[in-house]
Amino acid sequence: MIEAGVNETDSNGKRQAAPEALYEVRGLTKRYGDRTVLDGVDVDILRGECLVILGRSGSGKSVTLRQLNGLEKPEAGSVVFDGVELTALEERDLFPLRRRIAMLFQSGALFDSMNVFDNIAFPLREHTELTPAEIADTVGEKLAMVRLKDVEEKMPSDLSGGMRKRVALARSLALQPEVVLFDEPTTGLDPMTAATIGKLINTIQKELGVTAVVVTHDIPLARRVGDRIAYLSGGKFCFIGDWQAADREKDAELADFLAGREEDEDAA
Amino acid sequence: MADPDVRFGDVSQRTGELGILTSRAFAALLAPPYEIGQWIRQMEQIGVRSLGVGAVTTIFTGMVLALQTALSLPAIGVKYYIGSVVSKSLVRELGPVLTALIVGGRIGSGMTAEIGTMKVTEQIDALRSMAADPVKKLVAPKLAATLVMLPALTIIGDFLGILGGLLIATYTLDLAPGLYMNDVYGSLTLGDVGSGIAKSFFFAYFICIVGCYNGLTTEGGADGVGRATTNTVVLAAILVLVSDFFLTKLFYILT
Repeated sequence: MIEAGVNETDSNGKRQAAPEALYEVRGLTKRYGDRTVLDGVDVDILRGECLVILGRSGSGKSVTLRQLNGLEKPEAGSVVFDGVELTALEERDLFPLRRRIAMLFQSGALFDSMNVFDNIAFPLREHTELTPAEIADTVGEKLAMVRLKDVEEKMPSDLSGGMRKRVALARSLALQPEVVLFDEPTTGLDPMTAATIGKLINTIQKELGVTAVVVTHDIPLARRVGDRIAYLSGGKFCFIGDWQAADREKDAELADFLAGREEDEDAA
Repeated sequence: MADPDVRFGDVSQRTGELGILTSRAFAALLAPPYEIGQWIRQMEQIGVRSLGVGAVTTIFTGMVLALQTALSLPAIGVKYYIGSVVSKSLVRELGPVLTALIVGGRIGSGMTAEIGTMKVTEQIDALRSMAADPVKKLVAPKLAATLVMLPALTIIGDFLGILGGLLIATYTLDLAPGLYMNDVYGSLTLGDVGSGIAKSFFFAYFICIVGCYNGLTTEGGADGVGRATTNTVVLAAILVLVSDFFLTKLFYILT
């Protein structure tokens, strides 16, 4: 198994000047009733990188992601974001940090009762002192960033799946976050729309310098956007590293997953 | 409550959670900023749109009360006391309770369906992830609106019920309208009116907090929303009826 991102050493055994870790996750354990979903997850997420979390359905990828902004609390372990221990904070104390950590939900999670403009303006009205004209400018700018126009007055139910995801992405970018957590951003989309979302993730990550954590099953997307991948299996990350290392990795489950091979029925 | 597999641990956990939601909702209601626009929208949704159903309920209840009382005991001349029978029973009891049951069923289930759908489509999580408090954004405006509008609907319902009694007294029982209204004014006390309105504040709180709690704890997609909505109607009705008994005892002691 390859573990990277924590105390990496070069070929001479000297410690490298490792990039700064924005997140330090240690021993994260999460149970639902008798079922242990996460069983001691350790990972560092580096500032400015795009980490893709891969794993089979039900392996706990989304659960891991929801620990990174405190939407769920673990039974044990710690999540340190920029020097602050998230797991120890009450809901209200998490609010200042959540303004810096945006999340794109699998369904988009746009507010049904509001039109596109109000959805994107929501975090701005909630957390900034911007005037209505400034809010309108910012909404227009964010919509342009996700390549949408003339949709401000539409309701979420009038949008296609891909458009909803893009509006949700625009909303998540409204407060200029440092981190964006993507929960299955291409699920349910056709390959071309999925590629567009991948390109957008790439663009915003590079142009805005945000740290991105992407949970997905979509291997083409993962290859497109991921600087490093982390493979979750049995409640732990059994591989963390870059794509070159992943492609060399001998672990049978990861190799099968990346190649899209069917599961071994005897083993299953 | 409709689930036969209710265990004591579940009931105590839910009661505790309802208590926590209550304290958070009142704290959010009292703490600025006040989202007055949201409160007014909710008042329109909860109050104004329930006016029709509330009016039909109470006007016909007043009419039935007048008719039943006069026709069931004709020999002792009860019809001359119709005004006090109708007004006392309506203002103290039937107005607040029937309004709470009928309007409460409508608004409580609406709250659960709205918040529950937001829960299962991750909109509640989206609110939290954007550093917004769902209790402040969703529960507090509904609580403010219900606490204002249910007593208001009850007062309107009391008037309409008494009016319904007047119609029957005048056109079916051949009683002079002045006699009926005189009886109403003579028998109703401030305590009667106050206890009825006070009850409706408690009912408003029960309906809103149960509706919002069931919404916020909804699990399992459309099926879950359906179950949570049914649960709200049943639990809110039971709470209204059971608390009505204790409140009636309390207000008779106080007045």
